[in-house]
Amino acid sequence: MQKFTKVISTAVPIPIEEIDTDQIIPARFLKALTREGFGANLFRDWRYDHQDKPIPDFVLNNDTYGGSILVAGNNFGCGSSREHAAWAIGDYGFKVVVSSFFADIFKANALNNGILPVQIGQDELRQVFEAIEKNAAEIFEVDLEQQTFTIVSSGAAFQFEIGAYKKMCLSKGYDDIDFLLSNVDRIIAFESKQEIY
Amino acid sequence: MGKTLFDKLWDAHIVHTEYGVDILYIDQHFIHEVTSPQAFDGLRDRNIEVFRPQKTLATPDHNVPTINQHLPIKEPLSRAQVQKLYENCALYQVPIYKLGHEKHGIVHIIGPENGITKPGMTIVCGDSHTSTHGAFGSIAFGIGTSQVEQTLATQCLVMTRPKTMRITIDGHLSKGVYSKDIILHIISKLTAAGGTGYFIEYAGSAIEELSMEARMTICNMTIEMGARGGMIAPDQTTFDYISGRSQAPNDELWDQAIAYWKTLVSDSDAIFDREEFFDAKDISPMVTYGTNPGMGMGIGDRIPPSHEVSNVEKSLKYMDFHAGDSLKGKKIQHVFIGSCTNGRIEDLRLVADYVRGKKRANHVQVMIVPGSKQVEQQAIQEGLDKVFEAAGFQLREPGCSACLGMNEDKVPKGEYCISTSNRNFEGRQGPGARTILASPMMAAAAAIAGEIVDVRQQLLAQHK
Ligand code: SF4
Repeated sequence: MQKFTKVISTAVPIPIEEIDTDQIIPARFLKALTREGFGANLFRDWRYDHQDKPIPDFVLNNDTYGGSILVAGNNFGCGSSREHAAWAIGDYGFKVVVSSFFADIFKANALNNGILPVQIGQDELRQVFEAIEKNAAEIFEVDLEQQTFTIVSSGAAFQFEIGAYKKMCLSKGYDDIDFLLSNVDRIIAFESKQEIY
Repeated sequence: MGKTLFDKLWDAHIVHTEYGVDILYIDQHFIHEVTSPQAFDGLRDRNIEVFRPQKTLATPDHNVPTINQHLPIKEPLSRAQVQKLYENCALYQVPIYKLGHEKHGIVHIIGPENGITKPGMTIVCGDSHTSTHGAFGSIAFGIGTSQVEQTLATQCLVMTRPKTMRITIDGHLSKGVYSKDIILHIISKLTAAGGTGYFIEYAGSAIEELSMEARMTICNMTIEMGARGGMIAPDQTTFDYISGRSQAPNDELWDQAIAYWKTLVSDSDAIFDREEFFDAKDISPMVTYGTNPGMGMGIGDRIPPSHEVSNVEKSLKYMDFHAGDSLKGKKIQHVFIGSCTNGRIEDLRLVADYVRGKKRANHVQVMIVPGSKQVEQQAIQEGLDKVFEAAGFQLREPGCSACLGMNEDKVPKGEYCISTSNRNFEGRQGPGARTILASPMMAAAAAIAGEIVDVRQQLLAQHK
């Protein structure tokens, strides 16, 4: 996994609440055998019509917006456990997703793929949407070390939470699996005293 | 201070704690074809084996066709995924119930059915509805593919302990109201995000009265309010269900198991982070009107105004419904009875009982997809297949089917489907499909009437 330190970028706004994983990547695109290529179908049914023509209204089809930060409405990533949602977001080029609330499994999946979910307050999220609406070229800075998300032009900085363990993993580019494999002796010792039926 | 059932089990499975996270031991891992191929690739990249292959069980379910399962799968991508699962299981010696095997079925149906799912366990699967298994008093939750890889590699996961919530439902359900209605009612009250961060224990007299099948329906849909999982303390109903199943403990071990399982309750002085209370008599047959499972209402209610429900305008546009509408009398074109929520034998029996001697409305297509081969065989043995055939209902072979439309079982764009599955997201049953979630009885009644009806009135009429 790549190390995560700072991201300085413009952002893509999707001010829709409760975006579920079926919207992020519809089930019919889950048939791949690898982790690559899902970005092409990110938000597929919002991005393309039934004849596979781009829907001009949708933000990913609008050249005005770009960057490696996705800003979305409350309860982002609810629904299925498919990690393909995180892969699609990462494969498309996003490194950060900002929302006022994330679904649990999505959050875990994102972190396992080096994508940082930045959870800020409802009101702060509104300010972010407003900043992008005012100026699509607005720059944002995400600082993992300081745990801040900053609207650069105004200097407004919002604090976000991240567990100590996950922060360590992201900044060093570690996976959970590295941590687990370093504990195999403990796991075997645990098994030997476990009673199961 | 006493402990919650959840905390007892969590504590009993902690291997080690460091950096504020727990290494949690997993007793049983289920895998399927969609979320596992990349996990096996990860093992190959690291050159490691599956740590405990016997604690994993595989089944292909998401992609599989529900007719002619004995023939090769037509769709090349689905075929490749299923094939990959077979190869990986052979290579890493992971037990598998392949397509056509007498125990094949949807992953969350076959665990309980074969006595693999038992009280006190930790259970994971790369599928959010793993919460189903919590009905047996186990900690069961869905994981992503990276975590599938971790479980394959170490039989453990890195976790932070969730908060606990208890939902107590007391009283008795009215006639025509089922466990599906309980959970749709709860989600509609607590919202689709209301349970995020929590692990839920269901309690109360209404829960105690439920069969294991009905309890599984509730735990299954717990994920739809964002909760990590749901659980119900094991009791005599649980023990009776497990007894005699192929992987249930036998003889002397059975007595030891029961003695242990009886200790699996929340202590009376245990404190939950949050408590919610419901009364069973307030629950009526439920239908969803929007595009998440929290957008549900009693069949006698009207779609609430937009300021009361977040994001509802977009949903109503997609569904072509309007605030103030009642769903009674809405024409439907499709009925789907199946999925890990309501694809068990008890569901099929209920439906068969109701439709015996009746016929589907001409414009409605009805698909019944059993949750497993054993459910299918049992249905045939009991002659339910004949009842369905006479009613014009099509009984298929087991799989996830139109629950997520990864195989060819899809609902066409713009058409309405009353479905016993668990998600009414945009496009879930096919691009543009409009899904109304309900109980199997509501679905059966709609199939006959050709439109959404209040099953209570149908049941009353039947008894006159
Ligand atoms: S039946 Fe539906 S919800 Fe259940 S495992 Fe299959 S796809 Fe998931």
